[in-house]
Amino acid sequence: MSEKLKLVSQVQAINWNRIQDDKDVDVWNRLVNNFWLPEKVPLSNDVQSWATLTPEEQQLTMRVFAGLTLLDTVQATVGAVSLIPDAITPHEEAVLTNIAFMESVHAKSYSSIFSTLASTKEIDEAFRWSTENVNLQRKASIVTDYYRGDDPLKRKVASTLLESFLFYSGFYLPMYWSSRAKLTNTADLIRLIIRDEAVHGYYIGYKFQRGLESATPERRQEIKDYTFELLFELYENEVQYTHDLYDSVGLAEDVKKFLHYNANKALMNLGYEAMFPSSVTDVSPAILSALSPNADENHDFFSGSGSSYVIGKAVNTEDEDWDF
Amino acid sequence: MTTLTVEDRATTADPADAGSAEGPVTDASLIYFSSVSDNTHRFVEKLGVRAARMPLLTKEPTLRAAQPYVLVLPTYGGITGQGAVPRQVVKFLNNQQNRSLLRGVIGAGNTNFGETYCLAADIVAAKCNVPVLYRFEVMGTSEDVDRVTRGLEEFWT
Repeated sequence: MSEKLKLVSQVQAINWNRIQDDKDVDVWNRLVNNFWLPEKVPLSNDVQSWATLTPEEQQLTMRVFAGLTLLDTVQATVGAVSLIPDAITPHEEAVLTNIAFMESVHAKSYSSIFSTLASTKEIDEAFRWSTENVNLQRKASIVTDYYRGDDPLKRKVASTLLESFLFYSGFYLPMYWSSRAKLTNTADLIRLIIRDEAVHGYYIGYKFQRGLESATPERRQEIKDYTFELLFELYENEVQYTHDLYDSVGLAEDVKKFLHYNANKALMNLGYEAMFPSSVTDVSPAILSALSPNADENHDFFSGSGSSYVIGKAVNTEDEDWDF
Repeated sequence: MTTLTVEDRATTADPADAGSAEGPVTDASLIYFSSVSDNTHRFVEKLGVRAARMPLLTKEPTLRAAQPYVLVLPTYGGITGQGAVPRQVVKFLNNQQNRSLLRGVIGAGNTNFGETYCLAADIVAAKCNVPVLYRFEVMGTSEDVDRVTRGLEEFWT
């Protein structure tokens, strides 16, 4: 690497007994409690299921995971690290090192999936595809350019869009297989990654909003315009990438709904209003319930079909019971 | 509770465990907790109804409800669901009158958290025998705002 590495200008011993922002402690604790390693997931139980996929479906799956590996590698070695010099508190720096490491765990876990399910030749072919696919390379380079830029707020926007939007063309597929009772252990592993990315997107988006608080109205407008321009640029590229991957299996349209749904959440993590209307975010219910069994609207009193809602049995409540 | 260790005492001293009745009284029909992220706060603001926000810090005196209300709360914690209900909400619900006036719960969350999506709303609803009225993600979309606005209107009539 020829460019000069940007580092925090001055380092002081970090004192966790003097906290400026409680969110740093909350998120640190949450990340530590959520820590996991791919070795804990019994991926080998998916070997039989893998054999039921057609060669085209296997190739698609390999490519999706190779693409996700690239994004996690970018986030681990460039993205999260590039945010450290911009940190407002020393504890934020520490949280970002945790995020960077976890992204490396994510990147490595795809290799665990590969080595469990595929041959060396197939693995090499998937990685070669990832270096040759124009749209995948473009999305990595768009984000990386902003990481290398000199605007801390824009870096956080790029990072949040990566964590909360760019992964989801890939995450769709294991949720799809899971909804059809295929590769269910692989899906369990991906759900752990999905959960981590939610904490990362929430935290970086939160720090972005804190940084924006002291900005002038003009500067706020500039950042908002930039955010939506970047989102559109990434979105257009993402649609093409989705077609590259999913046209062969006829899933591209539902994947695009999933993209819209997650783009909304990325914007909300940055404190902006959701942009895509529900008519284009109505992802197939099977995918949503593969993501979260609670996502089914029929559990809700307002949105469910009234009759399906049953009030639970009364719980006798004493003050001592409120010990969560 | 039986014998206390030093650590237990420190935990018990946490104001969340004391059903303090000294906080401000509110007659709002929507009461909510939102952390400094302000996600839940933004959602409630968009509803355009009079609402009362619980204090950010557990050590501050909590609100006291004066009339029936709906509670809006986010979910904390991780995989196990332990600590899902924010301490500030626990403190608020430790007040017997606050519990008895609760009519329904709205949960804020993110489906990325899988099985623990809006878990805090489920826990409170089960303990207080009231329905989970609605779930929304992050700070809610405009459709969420419309549905909850309409839903609450019907709910109170």
